[in-house]
Amino acid sequence: MSDILLRIENLKTWIGSGPRPVRAVDGVDLEIRRGETFALLGESGCGKSMTALSIMRLLPPAGRIVEGHVELDGVPLLDLPEVAMRQERGGRMGMIFQEPMTSLNPVLTIGQQIAEAVRVHEDPARRRTPEQRVLELLEAVGIPDPKRRVREYPHQLSGGMKQRVMIAIALAGRPELLIADEPTTALDVTIQAQVLDLMRDLQRERGMAILLITHDLGVVSETADRVAVMYAGQIVEIAPADTFFGAARHPYSRKLFESLPRAERRSARLNVIEGNVPPLDRDFTGCRFADRCDLAEPRCHEVSPEWTVLGEGEGVRCHLYAGGAGVTLFPRAAVEHPDRAVSQGGETLLETEQLKVHFPIHKGVFRRVVGHVRAVDGVSLAIPTGRTVALVGESGCGKTTVGKGILQLIRPTAGQVRFDGEELTRLTQRELRRRRRNMQIIFQDPMSSMNPRMLVGNIVEEGMQAQRMGDRAWRRRRVTELLEHVGIPAEARNRYPHEFSGGQRQRICVARALALEPKLIVCDEPTSALDVSVQAQILNLLQDLQAEFGLSYLFITHDISVVSYLAHEVAVMYLGRIVERGTVQEVLEDPLHPYTQALLSAVPTVDKGSKRKVIHLEGDMPSPANPPAGCHFHPRCPVAMETCRTAYPPERRIGGSRVVSCFRVTGETGSESGPAGSAPR
Amino acid sequence: MTVQPVILWTDALVFLLVALAVLFAWMARGREHLRAPWRYVARSRVGMASLVVLAVYMAIGLLDSLHYHPLLPKAGDNGHGPRHSAEIVSLFDAIVAPLRERSEKTYSAPLAWRLYAKESIERPDGTVYRDYPRLKYGGAHLKEPAREWGPDIRRRMALGLVKAAVIWAVVAASLALLLARRDGIPLSVMFGRLARGETAIPWRTVLATLGLVLAATLVVIELAAGYHVLGTDKVGEDVLYQALKSIRTGLVIGTLTTLVMLPAAILLGIMAGYFRGWVDDVIQYLYTTLSSVPGVLLIAAAILMLQVYMNNHQGAFNSLTERADLRLLFLCIILGITSWTSLCRYLRGEALKLREVDYVQAAVNFGVGHFTIIGRHILPNVLHIVLITVVLDFSGLVLAEAVLSYVNIGVDPSMNSWGNMINSARLEMARDPIVWWSLAAAMIFMFVLVLCANLFADVVRDAFDPRLRNSRD
Amino acid sequence: MMAYIIRRVLYAIPILIGVNILTFVLFFVINSPDDMARMHLGVKRVTPEAIESWKREHGYDKPLLYNDRAAGAARFTDTIFFQKSLKLFQFDFGLSDSGRDIGYDISQRMWPSLAIAVPVLFIGLLVNISYALLIAFFRATYIDFWSVVLLVMMMSISSLFYIIGGQYLVSKVLHLVPISGYDTGLAAIKFLILPVIIGVVGGIGAGTRWYRTLFLEEINKDYVRTARAKGLSERLVLFRHVLKNALIPILTGVVVVLPLLFMGSLITESFFGIPGLGSYTIDAINRQDFAIVRAMVFLGSVLYILGLILTDISYTLVDPRVRLS
Repeated sequence: MSDILLRIENLKTWIGSGPRPVRAVDGVDLEIRRGETFALLGESGCGKSMTALSIMRLLPPAGRIVEGHVELDGVPLLDLPEVAMRQERGGRMGMIFQEPMTSLNPVLTIGQQIAEAVRVHEDPARRRTPEQRVLELLEAVGIPDPKRRVREYPHQLSGGMKQRVMIAIALAGRPELLIADEPTTALDVTIQAQVLDLMRDLQRERGMAILLITHDLGVVSETADRVAVMYAGQIVEIAPADTFFGAARHPYSRKLFESLPRAERRSARLNVIEGNVPPLDRDFTGCRFADRCDLAEPRCHEVSPEWTVLGEGEGVRCHLYAGGAGVTLFPRAAVEHPDRAVSQGGETLLETEQLKVHFPIHKGVFRRVVGHVRAVDGVSLAIPTGRTVALVGESGCGKTTVGKGILQLIRPTAGQVRFDGEELTRLTQRELRRRRRNMQIIFQDPMSSMNPRMLVGNIVEEGMQAQRMGDRAWRRRRVTELLEHVGIPAEARNRYPHEFSGGQRQRICVARALALEPKLIVCDEPTSALDVSVQAQILNLLQDLQAEFGLSYLFITHDISVVSYLAHEVAVMYLGRIVERGTVQEVLEDPLHPYTQALLSAVPTVDKGSKRKVIHLEGDMPSPANPPAGCHFHPRCPVAMETCRTAYPPERRIGGSRVVSCFRVTGETGSESGPAGSAPR
Repeated sequence: MTVQPVILWTDALVFLLVALAVLFAWMARGREHLRAPWRYVARSRVGMASLVVLAVYMAIGLLDSLHYHPLLPKAGDNGHGPRHSAEIVSLFDAIVAPLRERSEKTYSAPLAWRLYAKESIERPDGTVYRDYPRLKYGGAHLKEPAREWGPDIRRRMALGLVKAAVIWAVVAASLALLLARRDGIPLSVMFGRLARGETAIPWRTVLATLGLVLAATLVVIELAAGYHVLGTDKVGEDVLYQALKSIRTGLVIGTLTTLVMLPAAILLGIMAGYFRGWVDDVIQYLYTTLSSVPGVLLIAAAILMLQVYMNNHQGAFNSLTERADLRLLFLCIILGITSWTSLCRYLRGEALKLREVDYVQAAVNFGVGHFTIIGRHILPNVLHIVLITVVLDFSGLVLAEAVLSYVNIGVDPSMNSWGNMINSARLEMARDPIVWWSLAAAMIFMFVLVLCANLFADVVRDAFDPRLRNSRD
Repeated sequence: MMAYIIRRVLYAIPILIGVNILTFVLFFVINSPDDMARMHLGVKRVTPEAIESWKREHGYDKPLLYNDRAAGAARFTDTIFFQKSLKLFQFDFGLSDSGRDIGYDISQRMWPSLAIAVPVLFIGLLVNISYALLIAFFRATYIDFWSVVLLVMMMSISSLFYIIGGQYLVSKVLHLVPISGYDTGLAAIKFLILPVIIGVVGGIGAGTRWYRTLFLEEINKDYVRTARAKGLSERLVLFRHVLKNALIPILTGVVVVLPLLFMGSLITESFFGIPGLGSYTIDAINRQDFAIVRAMVFLGSVLYILGLILTDISYTLVDPRVRLS
């Protein structure tokens, strides 16, 4: 029996027919050994999912494998007739997908869906009674109370639970290879930690190999034994994880590391990869990365680099290594932000006090209000001039609603929002309209934040027009200025949004927000739809603009690494309330609230050295329609006490700037004295 | 001035529709997002083929929408200058005047030279015998019809085909010349590309369809000069003429109905979705109530009431034509009332979604007013739905006209329409041998129009709704 | 759940009131009873006395909304609105203009209507779903392509043609079944076969094409990929996963028309001489019997609203996402 479980040779998959098909996978070679976790890393559109679907022969109708050889344990998969392939699919190879929400059939119970997989692959003798095996599988993936759960439908399960069910389905055929396509991308960090742990445990017990497809360097570092980096349809580097995280070889891999936002880089600009991934519907003459590479030489543009083997299962596709000699890549010296170190918080620009946004729940014959979804339930925040306050939390905690409540896009139910000393919640729509220019917003999805039917110029101009700023000619000049300021050529004004890439679109959105010369910009996850390299470009831009115009940001995000890089102050939100806030150093380096601690510990990091202990949270965040009595966090809290069940902990001020709501944290309410105390570790 | 133009209500609306289409095309020229879907349509073979056929129908319909009072033939020079007839005819009537004027006595089969039923004929010598009498016009030029009829038909068909071939060749050559000049390539290369179907716009398909249409048209023209190509009906009217005249009725019903309903559907639908609250409640109540009355019954009730009204106010109408035209318009309105609710409901849903979309939120945050937001952000993003609805509804409405006319709640009985043709022909189905040609003519004309409309609508929908296109892979 | 259904039922009340007012306006305000009388008596040489006596005979000799000659509550009840419109709520349809009891006629005539409409619906459903499934199984092949061509052609043919052509072919040329007529009991079958077949065939074009779109939309969803990744055969994927999901819109679309089956089909019934509610309506339209048309408008609305309520209920029964949330 060979050590190699899966061997792919020169796989080419094209999508679409016609004169210019997209060569999504363009000559991929790789080998996966038994029992190892092999990570396929790459940015969106690089062909990693298509590689996985090609292995499973589950390509969408427009896709086709034009060339190549795929061998699972000696069986040539691409040559199998469909009937035989069905036995391999879900048998020796299982697959789980990115979107657990849509990947399960909504009208079948999860028991039925698992049983189906069991029936196909179980030996005939036991086929009749799959129930026992279904329960075993549910137990194996850590679903509590499986007897009840088998009769439930997917919509009754949380996202993490659905992904566990997906894993159970994949396990039904006792696979030797589990293909996991971005299995945790749609999940929150604490849930991601649970699922990754589960996969690790299962792998250990069953000795199966995992092909993990992901864009997240952190996830790779936490799980993988070996790593392959994919770029524009090709693999550019394969290395053992330790080597890779110690010293990545390909310039692209290195750039990926450098563009990661991290606390240590706070005072520096992030190193970005300029430009975008090239479109794959054409021939390449040189290296596909050459246009974006700092180290590119003339030959990189002329000759495609060959695969250079650097050791057992190691290699790189780069001219720099072609001679066999190692190359030392010098990282560019970090560029200091001129004003960044000195920028100190001025007076408070925006202050919310006990801000509440409740959505009524109607029920019964006459739609009486029987309760409220307490999306935001008493949030007090202060944003100083020229500073960035990050609002961190998992999906559904109400952080986006806080942003919209502050901007009065959703009128708050109660509480105050003072902007520049003026109370916004009492203003009429008409009075608000004039003041809106001071507060702008940048959205998460650059696709939906611009009207696809408008020209970029008109999009940027819209706000100025609404606020009656200047005359037409002046506004036109200013649009040009703004576009150039965010790094978009001025002729873009006569084009439509869809002609730009995600990162460019986000820049245009920034320009649109800047047009009104606001004092505050609410950034609602502005980089989470973007690839790492593009994310770095936007973060740099936001940093520069803050330094230049003294802007304040309310930065809403779930991404701790961005927070550590960008924010001055952090507020951590859980179920509609802020559980801890303080300066970024205080909160990130010494979290006091057990939720903050768990959240931070669950974030996968690329630093192999720092072996931190992940604090596991049980279950999911409860519904804001029916928050638990007492401390909202107590049902999941590892250190909950009796009092936590009955009363919500008051805010305790610790030191000058930090406020925590936890009974475990001793500090005096509203006082500045008191030691950091016996915070649980 | 030799004629006195008359603009009927439906004429005015038809030309308004044409003007709107031209305006839209002019607007779309500079806007990529508007042009791209149409480019998809222009590159679809099915779309272009059906468009050619539809264009023929539309040309006839438009010609038939230019109405006027014709000049009376010299009715004595009494010093009043030219006098106009009270009759209203259209430009199309003038073009096909022979068809209109050559009435026979009663039924005759397609291409026949004698009547369909035997009659008692008196010989010059006074004896009476029963035979099929010769037609006044159909085959009147034949001296010995029994012998000459076959060759004459064949000769005319061949002549028609030859003429069609000549015209087609001219069209094809000039097209090739134009394309070759535009692309700057030799004519011979362009011919090659056309023949192999290698042009972006499927000109080969267009030319092939055009060839078929030309052949059919010219053969019919040649035959019609001497015969009733589709026979005659009970009162001896040419069936081909009736079928051609019915085109306008079908087109008017198919297009004006949606035109009439659009303003209400768009305005109310978007308002309901955008403003929500009590506006939404009122509009929803309105369309739920209207849509809960089964359409046919509402139309029946409304048309009955219209009949009562028209009977009691006969003085209000100048002529039968105007009266029939108003009834047609009213039928469009009432059909519109029964069909706007589904579009309204759909647009409400879209507006509900769009108002939460980020770019609308951003506009609100800029302080942009509500109606500007609706006009700038909501309306342009639902227009493709409106367009898809318009083209999809068209064929259904043409079919509905036939059924409604059959039930006597459609267009005025005096108006030419396929429904009326079928309605009057069905009684003849009981005859033996049966009179089938009225029915067949109406069915074929309707089928071709509806089929092309359906095919075209499919292409348009695929073009404007890419989500659906993908699901058809 | 229960509350939701009660709410839906309650919402039907204002809508029915709206329909009632609509019919009242349509039948009595746009044209006064005098106009109707004149219409029925023939326009020429109508004496005012004749009009008055016609109105008296048919109960239209009352004020529309308010009777100032009556006393007490009768000021409001002794009016056309109350007598003719509001009584519809009690399903008291009154007498037709020719003097027959409409309620009785309806109760007699709905059975022949059902005898045609029910088999047409269910056989049609079966045929359309099977054919659409077949196309979905062979999607993106020539079977798919030519089926769609056939379906588009079938839906481009007027329903009148199906009926006339069918009658001509089956009854007149082949002499298989009588051309039209009706009988009671089992003897009715020979009269029903042809209209049912024609109804089914006429519905294939639009129906199958719609179901095909539904199936193809489901086939492209993520859960189908999951099902394939399990190693299920295409047949299982289609029948267990795709069909089950696509049946939800199909079934709820059927439920909404269920109550309306009572109304029968206008043209089928009149062509085949079936004494159902469809031909009843057509006869009324042709005779300009306003009382019957008014009754049918109201009855149709009630049945449609009933269909909407049933649809909502069926959604909650069929779709676990609605049922369990």
